[in-house]
Amino acid sequence: MKFESKRGNEKAELQLTSMIDVIFLLLIFFVMTFKIAAQEGDFSVKMPLQGSGGNPDTTSIPIKLRLRANADGELTDIVVNESLSYGNDWAKLRGYILELTGGNAPPTPEEGPEVEIDLDYNLRYEHVIRAVTAVTGQRQGDEIKRLVERIKFAPPRKPQ
Amino acid sequence: MKIRKSYDSKMAEGDLTAMIDMVFQLIIFFMVLINFSQDDQNDKIKLPSSELAKPPEAPLTFPIVLHLDSNAAIYMGTNVVTVDSIAPLLRTEIDLLKSRNQKASDANIIIRGHQGTPGGVVQDLIKKCQDLGFEKFALRVREEQP
Repeated sequence: MKFESKRGNEKAELQLTSMIDVIFLLLIFFVMTFKIAAQEGDFSVKMPLQGSGGNPDTTSIPIKLRLRANADGELTDIVVNESLSYGNDWAKLRGYILELTGGNAPPTPEEGPEVEIDLDYNLRYEHVIRAVTAVTGQRQGDEIKRLVERIKFAPPRKPQ
Repeated sequence: MKIRKSYDSKMAEGDLTAMIDMVFQLIIFFMVLINFSQDDQNDKIKLPSSELAKPPEAPLTFPIVLHLDSNAAIYMGTNVVTVDSIAPLLRTEIDLLKSRNQKASDANIIIRGHQGTPGGVVQDLIKKCQDLGFEKFALRVREEQP
């Protein structure tokens, strides 16, 4: 018995409208939620409570960094080892650290000189990070040259 | 003069293949680049920048993220506390560490401080954490474009 096909030679047509609607909705969602965020990084600070361990500074170059602030929390002076004053010139501080360390990174993060940062209580945090940046390393192109790995903070200077 | 139409009465069909290809490419691009880790971030905090900032090569072990805003309020998860009232929350974290046979010194405290926060508040926060036995701190900063 011969069955006659009801379909002719017409091309089958797909209904794409709803799929395109959904795809455009997805696209709009991703475009709206897309956010170019700047990369974030960390400065690692290992600071056990005083007297409870931690490697002592065995080098002969202890560095005490005193950061003074004005009433607005802006940096007014950088003093190293209570004798050298650099105003607010971070490049000079880095030059001093380069001179002291010879530009060499410590063999391991637990070794090498230690920098103690002593700051006025109201000094803005961004200046603290600038100080940490100036002493811990230097960017040379895409490479980061490490100088000092060990950082600690002096006890906070509570406002009177 | 009568001009005869050269096309027939069928509906004109556009070829959508190229457009759909392109739209899928765009969707894949945005899906891959979308950053779901923004849950860790806090819009109230503008991090200080540093030219040495580089994302950590390996994830930190047992990270505890503390967001410190310019008014010295600390955001820890859904809780908002101050330096003086953070100890109970940190003790909860220590209990959690103990249940995993770890100590407070194994955890990493990630401090996301606002750039205008007084540095002394960050010192106070570190001191408070030290008193509870935490030793490892990470000061989070934003990458500065050279």
